[in-house]
Amino acid sequence: MANESGYPAPVPNADSKPYWEAATREELVLKRCSSCGKHHFPPRHLCPACWSDKLEWTKSAGTGVVYTFTIMQRAPMPVFAQRVPYVVALVDLEEGPRMMANIVGDDALQTTVGERVHVCFEERAGGAKLPQFRRGTR
Amino acid sequence: MTIQLRNKTAIVGVGESDIGKVPHMTGLGLNAQAARRALDDAGLQVSDIDGLLTAYSFTEPYFMLGTVLCEYLGLKPGFCSAMIAGGATPAVMLGHAAAAIATGMATTVLVCTGENRATGLSRDDAVSALAAAVGHPYFELPYGPSIPGCYAMIARRYMHEYGISREQLAQVAVTTRRHASLHPNSHMKKPITIADVIDSKPIAAPLNILDCCLISDAAGAFIVTSAERARDCRRKPAYVLGVGERHTHEHILCAESLVHFGAEDSGKAAYAMAGLGPQDIDVAQLYDCFSIVPVIELEELGFCQPGEGGAFYAQGHADVGGKLPINTHGGMLSHAHAGATGGLLGIVEAVQQLRGGLGERQVEGAEVALVHNEGGVLSSHCTVIIANSPR
Repeated sequence: MANESGYPAPVPNADSKPYWEAATREELVLKRCSSCGKHHFPPRHLCPACWSDKLEWTKSAGTGVVYTFTIMQRAPMPVFAQRVPYVVALVDLEEGPRMMANIVGDDALQTTVGERVHVCFEERAGGAKLPQFRRGTR
Repeated sequence: MTIQLRNKTAIVGVGESDIGKVPHMTGLGLNAQAARRALDDAGLQVSDIDGLLTAYSFTEPYFMLGTVLCEYLGLKPGFCSAMIAGGATPAVMLGHAAAAIATGMATTVLVCTGENRATGLSRDDAVSALAAAVGHPYFELPYGPSIPGCYAMIARRYMHEYGISREQLAQVAVTTRRHASLHPNSHMKKPITIADVIDSKPIAAPLNILDCCLISDAAGAFIVTSAERARDCRRKPAYVLGVGERHTHEHILCAESLVHFGAEDSGKAAYAMAGLGPQDIDVAQLYDCFSIVPVIELEELGFCQPGEGGAFYAQGHADVGGKLPINTHGGMLSHAHAGATGGLLGIVEAVQQLRGGLGERQVEGAEVALVHNEGGVLSSHCTVIIANSPR
């Protein structure tokens, strides 16, 4: 999963290919159930709320709230050592699902629980892009 | 769980391997040493064992670990499996062993697990192997989280909702280390202070190195048999009264809440099977991979109100001699941790507390013990209640 710069790059599979393709266009997309209307993440073959397999990909507003975060001071893999200290957060998207991301930007270390964040994209190997978040609204 | 297990089985033998840095032994060797000690403790013969359950290993390259361990030990049982519910595995294995015995699938089951994680892997390799094993490979690992980082996010949310102080969190590590110093086999015995914890090396804010469990070479084993057979064993049996599980998610991004977990439901199921409640528990061994975890488990298991777990430790209620002594062997923070071994050593300690005679760390009059194991990031939960007599 590592690229030339060493950071893990996205690995699309049958469940997630449209998600990562959208990310390369700098769009955040989520799977939504056509039967019960709920969004879910990570993307699955069926809706974990009602088990319907009638799902559609929808574009997320790309905004959310920080549910919690940590400032990583010891890297889990050698490649992340150059980023320390960095923020790993759980972000509650407006549509409902929660996702993990880094809070990036010059003021990332000032992240607080409950504050609003918006999506941005970080380039990884082979032109792949990883959804990330910045503090504040766009 | 539909099968009523109360009073049907008992733990009759327990054993710990050598603990700490044991470079002259393999992981399988540590398992064998713990198993041999448990067998001798029970006063049973190898030929009495007709079932084996074990967990997993990061340090040895075997796939069918249950079968491999049977092969290593020269066993040919009719009941055998390697189970994976992370840190919850030992308590889950106790439940499965008890159910197998209660239904006649086995009569005497050896449960053991252990790894040479301190000397079989470098610390860097251990940290990244764990992150890779527990973090979501596609939607978490690209962001560089670690296991301590995930638990730090739990601690942060808990602080946000309940306002536990840094000192209260540190007290968990201090109390646990004091208990470890009273146990002859503990990995870390040197007393620590709240200031030591707060000033220790930052890992993932708000957690420091002394908020994190050890990485040890260690194995543990226990032997379960029917209540009838237990009466003929060498040591006083620890009867299995209740077992409960709850599995709610695996990856932290899929946890519905980071202040409320499956421990409440697993605890309720165990209490219901035992016909007991939190007020009946004399000593508890709570999973403590990070200092925040036993604080949350105390609340989920009904020993105090939500938000009061930190004060419980700060007021000394978790000390030997306190209202509910917790992790009297030093837990995973200070006694030992290697893969699934941490939770299993909590079961070993609970049995020993019920037998009595532990000197300074003995909980006076301990008759009923609770053990809670959790795996993943508070993902898989199993609570067990054992007692020194049938109830």
